[in-house]
Amino acid sequence: MSIGRRRRLHSLVIGLVTAAAVTAAVLGAGLLVASRSPFDTAFAAQRGAHLTVQTTTPGTGREVAGAVATSGPYGTRVVGFEGPPGLPGPSMTVVARSDPGGAVDRVELTAGRWATGPGELVMGRGVFLVPLGEKLTTHDGVVLTVVGLARSVSATANAWVAPAALDALGGPDGYQTLYRFAAASTPAEVEADRAAVAASLPPGAVTGVRSWLDVRQDAVEEAAVFVPFLVAFALLGILMAVLVVGTVVAGTVGAATRRIGILKALGCTPAGVVRAYIAQALVPGAVGALAGAVAGNLIALPVLAQTEEIYGSAGAAIAWWVTLLAAGGVLAVVAVTAWAAALRAGRLRVVDALAVGRVTGPATGRWAARLAARLPVSRPIGLGLARPFARPVRTAAILLAVATGAAAATFATGLGSSLVRIQSAVQQDDADVLVMGEAAGAAIAAQPGTRASYGMAQAPAMLAGLNDPVGLSVFSGDPAWDGFVMASGRWFSAPGEAVASAPLLAAAGARVGDTVTLQVEGRPVRLRVVGEVFETHPSVLTDVATVPGLPPMEFHVALTDGTNASAYASALSSQGFEAHPAGAEIDPLLAVVQGLTATLTLLLLAVAALGVLNMLVLDLRDRVHDLGVHKALGMTPRQTIAMVVASVAGVGLLGGLIGVPAGIAVQRMVVPAMAASAGLRLPGSLLDVYGPVLLGALALGGPLIALAGALLPAGWAARTRTAVALRTE
Amino acid sequence: MNDPVIDLRGVTRRYDDGPPALHDVSLAVKPGECVAVLGPSGSGKSTLLNLIAGLDRPDEGTVTVAGTRVETLGEAASARFRRAYVGLVFQFFNLLDDLTVLDNVLLPAHLAGAARRESREHATGLLATLGIGRHADAYPGRLSGGEKQRVAVARALVNRPALLLADEPTGALDTASGEDVRDLLNDLRDGGQTIVLVTHDLRLAEACATRTVGMRDGRVES
Repeated sequence: MSIGRRRRLHSLVIGLVTAAAVTAAVLGAGLLVASRSPFDTAFAAQRGAHLTVQTTTPGTGREVAGAVATSGPYGTRVVGFEGPPGLPGPSMTVVARSDPGGAVDRVELTAGRWATGPGELVMGRGVFLVPLGEKLTTHDGVVLTVVGLARSVSATANAWVAPAALDALGGPDGYQTLYRFAAASTPAEVEADRAAVAASLPPGAVTGVRSWLDVRQDAVEEAAVFVPFLVAFALLGILMAVLVVGTVVAGTVGAATRRIGILKALGCTPAGVVRAYIAQALVPGAVGALAGAVAGNLIALPVLAQTEEIYGSAGAAIAWWVTLLAAGGVLAVVAVTAWAAALRAGRLRVVDALAVGRVTGPATGRWAARLAARLPVSRPIGLGLARPFARPVRTAAILLAVATGAAAATFATGLGSSLVRIQSAVQQDDADVLVMGEAAGAAIAAQPGTRASYGMAQAPAMLAGLNDPVGLSVFSGDPAWDGFVMASGRWFSAPGEAVASAPLLAAAGARVGDTVTLQVEGRPVRLRVVGEVFETHPSVLTDVATVPGLPPMEFHVALTDGTNASAYASALSSQGFEAHPAGAEIDPLLAVVQGLTATLTLLLLAVAALGVLNMLVLDLRDRVHDLGVHKALGMTPRQTIAMVVASVAGVGLLGGLIGVPAGIAVQRMVVPAMAASAGLRLPGSLLDVYGPVLLGALALGGPLIALAGALLPAGWAARTRTAVALRTE
Repeated sequence: MNDPVIDLRGVTRRYDDGPPALHDVSLAVKPGECVAVLGPSGSGKSTLLNLIAGLDRPDEGTVTVAGTRVETLGEAASARFRRAYVGLVFQFFNLLDDLTVLDNVLLPAHLAGAARRESREHATGLLATLGIGRHADAYPGRLSGGEKQRVAVARALVNRPALLLADEPTGALDTASGEDVRDLLNDLRDGGQTIVLVTHDLRLAEACATRTVGMRDGRVES
């Protein structure tokens, strides 16, 4: 490779590595910031309600101290809707508003239009998935058409209608007034605001008050899941950036030591040398940083669109200062490394700088060369295996790059597997067909193709000390095959026994082995908790015999191999049951995390391979003359490739062996932290995702990274013409 | 038996746009000959040697060595050809600093896939014959110039090549070491080794060569 091509290659590598590092940093840090701010951004944009006050009368009372804006009062009514045949329908809080704007809670219309007449309804997003044009029937037989979809960050309603339309639904059963206050940042301030509102109204008028801090807590709880994951990747990205950019720049400047000697001999000052080499590193670095900033923001767009969908924030974007900081930070690493390396070269005595490459190198690693010559491997491979010991610092840099890449791949694989297992455990989505109807059990048992089935009924239940109801699920048959994962204890096996989720146990202050009492349809039900089941919401699962009067309404069916789910469902439908094939839903949060994981992992792997490539190019440049000697003595191109690849194979293997446990350690720190952010405790089975085959495959990741980085330099070495190599100083 | 080991016909080699480094050169070297190629710097001596060794290719003409058309060989075949037929000795020795003397000598044999024990015995014997057997486990950096060149000669001979090519073998040596190398080459010549020497050293040419070839501006003069 000519000097010109080599310098272009180093510039290209600096540019690419800088671009990858800035992309990773922008994505990691940007999404970290964005994941914490979407609620605040959207709340500010919608002028969200600091307090949502529910009253019995429409009067607003006296002026409220500290309030800067008020909307309402709006009439409200809890309306019951018809559900699918055989199932209870939802109840929704419907608010009467003539338009989505106003001084407080400017509801964002995301599809369709606002309700203007009777028979029209605007559905709040994130409540139920109802398409535009859908007709909903109330228990009283009133039909409402969904004309719009809207989003209130303050969560002030499940649905909205025009004021006149509320009368058709039976008129208001309460009134809602929305307040914004000058000071409402802390619980104490909000409490003072709440007292001010209460003081302004007649005694007994207030039936409920909701603080924006509670709404915020609910919203950011899910966003918080992102934080440990993004912190881990951002740290990996920064480590890789410092490591690879540093070694690339230092190596590039170090390789030019003799050239620096010539420049100094011609009168260039040390300061001039430093300036020249900083500029030489910064120019491709700046181009790379710009490309990385653009790429990071572009890749973030679909991810942010997903988070926007999840958190209901509008117009989320990577903060400009994050982009600036990431690009500036990585460029600073480039500049500082180039400065340190050039300063060292600039301070070298001219004669020493000129002698670089002409005098015998240090005797480092000769023992390894001697040992390798006796190994029962072909000589080129032996020469390659001994090479890492001759340049231990470069070898350490390659080792770190490979180990970090292998760690990133291991972490990403483990994270992905854990998340899939968590999703499966949460959704219990192993069933092939779902059948509705109390009498479906016998038909399912008689239907050919049934492998397993169980029936389930769900009902809200009250737990002493909790305001909100908890989910009670009762089962007929054995549901254990449907993806339920136990965190501790065992599955219920006798009447009176139950399993409960961690949120319920925490809320009840109970442990496995304790007995809890639920109020189910006004009746007390005593349950002995024999196990903790992995669920994300407060829930209790027990046998149908434990809670009489709750017959199974929904049956989950697993089919035998080769049975067509659609045909099976059609056969049951023809008998009068509502049946449909079950499809696992992809959690949007899971999709976001997996997409990000894949992107960031690919970036880190590319940076690791580029690090290996650059180190090898530097090494080959240093010993191109030796390479010429080898070729003059009869080394073929294939043997040359074998020698170069062997020179990183051992380091790659070691890097893999170091990186895999490091990646597992990161996975074991990050995944439980992600779960803890959502208030969950993970069973070991959701974390132990690395089987022997996967571990073996991941360990091969190190050599593969090394190989990916070595192929190009090995090809160059093989193609180098012997006479040219022999003439190279 | 009398077929030439080296047969160059009408060989021209150009670099960039300047005058050709070699211009229409024809040369034949018979088995057992020791030919000294003499000429000033830039006359094309090293280019000639590179073409014979298959390190470079001519733009015109043919280069036949030991019956092989060298200019038609690809990189891999060229490497195999050198292992089999050519031993190279360089002005600045080109020994590998991180290998012992013995491992340096063994390298061409190992690259050729020779049996380890046999090649080791042969290399040890060569070092002893050349008077540097005691340095077998030393590293090249600790040897004198003459000793280094003896190691280079041993390395060039380890595969028993038909042809020994030496590029300024005494160019980097003091007088005493130069005389050592001259004696060594004489011994090899007397043993029937075909040798092509490229040198400025007239005394070396006179002492060793059975024939001299003069070069100037890329052309053979005599």
